[in-house]
Amino acid sequence: MIAQIIFQLFIIIALAPLLSGIMKKVKAFFQIRKGPGVLQPYYDILKLLQKDSVVSTNVSWIFHAAPVVSFVAVLAAGLLIPIYTTQLYLGFAGDLIAVIYLFALARFFTALASLDAGSSFGGMGGSREMFIASLVEPALMLSIFAVALNVGSTNLGFISQTVSGLGFDAMSPYQILAFVALFIIAIAETGRIPVDNPATHLELTMIHEAMILEYSGKQLAIVELGAMIKQLLIFSLLANIFFPWGIATGGAGAAEYVLALLIFLIKIVIIGITMAVVETSTAKWRLFRLPELMSISLMLSFLAIVAVIIVKGG
Amino acid sequence: MVAFYLIGAISSVILNKKDSICSYFSFFSAAAGALIGAIFSISVIFGETFYLTPSQDSYLKFGFFVDKLSAFFILVISISVFAVSIFSTGYVKEYFGKKNIGHLGFLYNIFILSMIFVICANNAIMFLILWELMSIISFFLVVYEHEKPETRKAGFIYIVMTHIGTGFILLSFMIFAGASGSFSFETFNAAGMTMTPLLKDLAFIFAFIGFGAKAGIVPLHIWLPYAHPAAPSNVSALMSGVMIKTAIFMMIRVFFDFLGASGSWWGYVVLAVGTISAILGILYAVVEPDMKRMLAFSSIENIGIILIGLGASMIFFASGKPIISAIAAIAALYHLLNHSVFKGLLFIGAGSILYSTHTKNIEELGGIIKKMPLSAILILIGVLSISAMPPFSGFVSEWLTFQSLLLSFNLNNNFAIIMLSISAAFLALTGALAAYCFLKFFGMVFLALPRSEHARHAKEVNIPMLAGMGIFALLSILLGILPVYVLPVLDRITASFIGTGAFSQSISAGTFGMISIPSSQGISILTPVLLAILLILMLIPAIILLINRKTWQPNYETWGCGQPISTARNEYSANAFSKPVQMWFKSLYRPARETEVTYSSPYLKESFKFESRIEQVFEQYLYNPVVDFVMVKSRKAKLIQTGSIHAYLGYIFGILIILFMFVIAGGS
Repeated sequence: MIAQIIFQLFIIIALAPLLSGIMKKVKAFFQIRKGPGVLQPYYDILKLLQKDSVVSTNVSWIFHAAPVVSFVAVLAAGLLIPIYTTQLYLGFAGDLIAVIYLFALARFFTALASLDAGSSFGGMGGSREMFIASLVEPALMLSIFAVALNVGSTNLGFISQTVSGLGFDAMSPYQILAFVALFIIAIAETGRIPVDNPATHLELTMIHEAMILEYSGKQLAIVELGAMIKQLLIFSLLANIFFPWGIATGGAGAAEYVLALLIFLIKIVIIGITMAVVETSTAKWRLFRLPELMSISLMLSFLAIVAVIIVKGG
Repeated sequence: MVAFYLIGAISSVILNKKDSICSYFSFFSAAAGALIGAIFSISVIFGETFYLTPSQDSYLKFGFFVDKLSAFFILVISISVFAVSIFSTGYVKEYFGKKNIGHLGFLYNIFILSMIFVICANNAIMFLILWELMSIISFFLVVYEHEKPETRKAGFIYIVMTHIGTGFILLSFMIFAGASGSFSFETFNAAGMTMTPLLKDLAFIFAFIGFGAKAGIVPLHIWLPYAHPAAPSNVSALMSGVMIKTAIFMMIRVFFDFLGASGSWWGYVVLAVGTISAILGILYAVVEPDMKRMLAFSSIENIGIILIGLGASMIFFASGKPIISAIAAIAALYHLLNHSVFKGLLFIGAGSILYSTHTKNIEELGGIIKKMPLSAILILIGVLSISAMPPFSGFVSEWLTFQSLLLSFNLNNNFAIIMLSISAAFLALTGALAAYCFLKFFGMVFLALPRSEHARHAKEVNIPMLAGMGIFALLSILLGILPVYVLPVLDRITASFIGTGAFSQSISAGTFGMISIPSSQGISILTPVLLAILLILMLIPAIILLINRKTWQPNYETWGCGQPISTARNEYSANAFSKPVQMWFKSLYRPARETEVTYSSPYLKESFKFESRIEQVFEQYLYNPVVDFVMVKSRKAKLIQTGSIHAYLGYIFGILIILFMFVIAGGS
């Protein structure tokens, strides 16, 4: 049991930079650049971990605590999300709502730290991050409702198990609507174009980068790694809520787990590539146009609920 | 318990010349009263209903009774009173030599006593008298700092609104009294079953408006943001944390006990009003620069969340699903308990900041985490709880509320499913905005550089104040990680008015502190204590690995694109921080801005003044026309007020004649 938990943690931490590297490579391909190798994020993090931090004289202990708390909150969320198996030993600790709120906890501390150094960049980033979080939340909750209404539970292991048990019958209008809604939310949550640009350092456009501007060295390493893990987790949410086929449901041997892990890897790489394509084919939107994007997502998830009612005959 | 409050009240009057002795006497006896109150209420929750009927006279039958529901509210009051009283012994030092502590101590004790009596009243007339007493004493507490003009205005708005509320309560009770022929609550209970649907609907509407005015539902909320900030902080903690809950108590009493929650549309009304209050309350809180006003707006939001739970419970009950109804009611009561704890913490926290910096304007604070490190940690716990961050208390009750809204899928009612889903979406938005709002509060007040002299001279508050906050903070954590011990207690209470307990039939609290809520197909599980353990277990190695002595040494200034950032003027301001929300909800806020520029030469600006205001839409478009109308009419009515005693005697004579004619006409 302990071994499985630690293995899941290890998988999450180990795969997150790889996913990030692959997405950067895909983007470079579309921009007709060679781009850094897919392993570059690992090198970056290792390098940062060896460096000392430069810390502002204005900050308090919040600044030091925030990256650690955020990182730990994201990791804890990782234990509640099915990665390659639906048999989560700690799955009863929390459900999908708990995952959302753990991400919120991580965001809360990052945004708090952004205010600590007293720079306008940090404040701007924190303000925008919380703004986008408030935009996302209603749509997110409605799409959770659509999924939970279909399955009857908000615990992720259970959702994956049920949907994968249904086979391809699970592909119903409400699943597709809820998936598209959650995909739009995933763009916002992982800080991708058109919501945020992860590659920018321009004051008018950056959100996440502005919040963490004051960090350096080891602290920056865990902030970056935390962001990558969060991205991986959100993609696995998408993969294992809507397309859980191939996930190990327990009872089989090691071979099943290896296969499930491979399938998982393929799934998140496909989602990653899709995300990179979306990113290269759109331009960043103005901050105050984002409510439009989020109301699309909100409408879709609302339609998903209506569809469930209609299909299931209320 | 009563004796202790009375001792507190009387001793503070007697000792009002000696400030410090007086404050110790009044507040410690209040704390002692609270302890006994807590023990008493727990004994009622686990035991029998308590009756006390001093007068058995058939005309004036009055008495007190404490059933499980009232015991729960006495418990909530006692918890808050205990912590706030301890806080007060330190906080009132602020007023030593300036104000009469005896008055404050007396009113404080009588105020608590009146709240407890309101909860226990067993007779409509006695209830109304006590309700008025509670309102008037709290009015005196609001205008305690009456030398400030805005405090007097706050007091005026409060007393007007609370009387409008009492008027509606009176109407509602008259309907019951008409049906039952008595003013005793026991007969109301029976009368509620036999009344015609129309009368029931009317009684429901009047009671909802009447108690809603006290609870602060939108659009009857306008007094809250005036009255709560004007009162001394310890009193505002009680008003916001506890007094507005007495209205919720009476709503449960009237809707479930008296009326049997039978109207199918009532639940939707409560749900809709709750949702609107939640979202509007937090939207005003986000942009509010005065921290006590912000907390008052956030109370409106939390009352909204409680009403969402209560409304859902009524919808389920009317659809014949008592077990789900009980789950929703448990969620509402849990949130009520949590809110009284974290809002008490935040209000006395705001009081501490005010005590130490003499300003409640968020824009003027900043950087005081270094001056007040302990207060900062305690207030951070309150902030995390109210923002519903796991594993703190707000998270559990919001999770329960979401789960109970999700259970709507057990109903065969599409309208209900859609309404409850929309409500859940708004609740999610409310939660996110609450995090936004309190992040701004904590970040702007405690972090970065001080923005004014006030903040620069802050110092840590005294031990009783920290202890008061500490009790609340500890409770916030315990309520967050150990709901497994709280839920069975709440279940006993909801079972007393819904009729069915949810435990063992549906919701259950199992090993490892697990809460599980089964639906028709699956089961949803949350184990807050395990979440907390997980977080702490992973925090320890992370801290050891990543934080060493060296990283704690600050060694460079904040990055400002090559320019040193040395003053607080470069910081992001609170207004700027909430600007995106202001832009998003432009149509609600209707921001008015004025800019004023003076030039010393055509090219050089000499000074620049910028002012921006948020309109209070409800005051502007709902209350002002009504007030204007009443003023115009009353000016016309002035015509008959000649001021001459002969004319008045004439009026009295005229009315007497008319009355006689009625009597004669009725007699024949």
